[in-house]
Amino acid sequence: MSNLFDLLVAGLATGAIYALVAVGFTLLWQTSQTINFAQGEFVMLPAFLMLAAMHAGAPFWLAIIVGILLSMILLGLAFKMLLVDPMMRHGVLPLAIATMALAIGIKEAVKQFFSAEASPFPSIVPTGDVSILGHAVSLQSIGVLVVAVLAVLGLTTLLNRTSLGHQMQAAAQNPTVARIIGVPVERMILLTFVINAFLVGLASLLITPIYLAKFSSGEVLGQAAFIAAIVGGFNQVRGAIAGGLLIGVLDNLAAAYVSTQYRAAVPMLFLIAVILFRPQGLLGRAEERTV
Amino acid sequence: MSGLAKPLKIALGLAIIAALIIVPMNFNRYGLFILSQWAVMSIAAMGLNLTLGYAGQVSLAQGAFVGIGAYAAAIMTTHGWPLPAAILVAIVLSFAVGWVLGYPALRVQHHYLAFVTLAFSTLAFLVFRNESWLTGGIYGISNIPRPHIFGFATNKPLPFYYVCLGSLAIVSLAVWWLIRSPWGRAFMALRENPLRAQSLGIDTRRYTLMAFAIGSALGGIAGALYAPLTQYIDPVPFNLSLSLDLLMMVIVGGAGFYFGPFLGAMIAVLLPEWLRFTEGYYLMLYAVAVMLLLIWSPTGILGILDRYMAARRTKAASALRAVAKSRLETVQ
Repeated sequence: MSNLFDLLVAGLATGAIYALVAVGFTLLWQTSQTINFAQGEFVMLPAFLMLAAMHAGAPFWLAIIVGILLSMILLGLAFKMLLVDPMMRHGVLPLAIATMALAIGIKEAVKQFFSAEASPFPSIVPTGDVSILGHAVSLQSIGVLVVAVLAVLGLTTLLNRTSLGHQMQAAAQNPTVARIIGVPVERMILLTFVINAFLVGLASLLITPIYLAKFSSGEVLGQAAFIAAIVGGFNQVRGAIAGGLLIGVLDNLAAAYVSTQYRAAVPMLFLIAVILFRPQGLLGRAEERTV
Repeated sequence: MSGLAKPLKIALGLAIIAALIIVPMNFNRYGLFILSQWAVMSIAAMGLNLTLGYAGQVSLAQGAFVGIGAYAAAIMTTHGWPLPAAILVAIVLSFAVGWVLGYPALRVQHHYLAFVTLAFSTLAFLVFRNESWLTGGIYGISNIPRPHIFGFATNKPLPFYYVCLGSLAIVSLAVWWLIRSPWGRAFMALRENPLRAQSLGIDTRRYTLMAFAIGSALGGIAGALYAPLTQYIDPVPFNLSLSLDLLMMVIVGGAGFYFGPFLGAMIAVLLPEWLRFTEGYYLMLYAVAVMLLLIWSPTGILGILDRYMAARRTKAASALRAVAKSRLETVQ
């Protein structure tokens, strides 16, 4: 059982990335009832934007800034204004289908304009191991975990401690009342889209060095983030974080102890069980209004 | 389409059917394959349209049922069973599994249901891939025979296209009958307002399960035709993206419209082929086309037609009213 520790650390590191992606997913759901089936592709794209900037001759740090800014413009502002706004009043399902089409579009565009092959991607964390409690832990895992935790802490501080965050929460929970008390609801919704775009950009930066930049890498990640969001609680940021970490750890443990063939089945069965016995998610609130 | 006169509608229908029979006669092998694929996917989409469009239950698992049907047909026909027997088994198997999949729908709705069915879809894919003793694993099953119908071999593309078209015709008639039966009306009541449906004495529990089971059975039929069509199956075509594609077909064509699945399958199967002259850009253009269509009309292509007809009817009605009013005024 000596490698249980290693499995846990690796699981927490992937889980932290799932959490980043899942948090953005729940933010969009809360503020605008958008189920974004392109969320996985949203994580895949920024890495390619950064690679493109590097091919154009930008140093790595500049490419990161360019990539994240472009991600915020394309996947935040443009996504909201060009696709979500015109479709919002049509209900959840057509919009969900439109984001599926968007996922196909992004995937094909990357394949066509960049490459169908996987490209290596530089890491922001140096490779190597450090020894913790007698275990060799890769610096990469620690780096991913630290950056993801900092991002999530930053977000929860923004949401819970600042007036902007309170306005965002008000806009999400009850748009009508929020509007009456003077919250610029539309601007708050737009802000959550931009925050989501920032988070997927960050996740892209963290995960691509590990799994390489590939046009098809969004599918698995998007699905993991959905599961994380639902397991933890669709309507709770902290639920998405807990769900992400849980799914990451579960996935790694399943690969080691169940079977590599059916590792993907474990989170799925867990998902079904959670939905059937606690549909609001482990940390979620039930969505029925009492008043 | 209720705005058209009935004889006109019948003539149009006959013309389309005649075209589907005659025009493909000089198609090449690939063209016939694509058209057969359209017929098969229309059947699967029609099943999902029953579940989603008529009964209002979101399912992301239709691709898994196509897979179940395809594997049932592939395993049985390669072991010497005739295709009709395999289709029967595919129907029974998908019906039973679909019935069980309906149970979560009794507990959760909308996006939660979508995700349960999504998970089921992934589990089915894992079983197809990993149970190699039965499904051949990643190597799949090859040399799937095409059937003999009344002693005619359907090995060539054209005869098999007619098998697919004939099956589509039979399924279409069955669905046409079903949605006009009390069953179909119960499904629609379930979609519009489950509580009111229950208060009218509709056993919502049973009809929810039925909506899933029948829709899934049609997916099974589509799969049982897909296996002999491609003559080789492996798990990849039946992964989650097939379920998503089928959902897209139903919504794009027009969920809850009888002809929606036919049009949706046409867009999803044929449009990418027509756009192939654009080479690498064709799926991108397809994605953009779907997004634009949904922005313009979230109820799909038939939604546009429906609104146009409704607008024309109101216009005609208000014109009649104006005429009647002016007559009244002249009389006074």
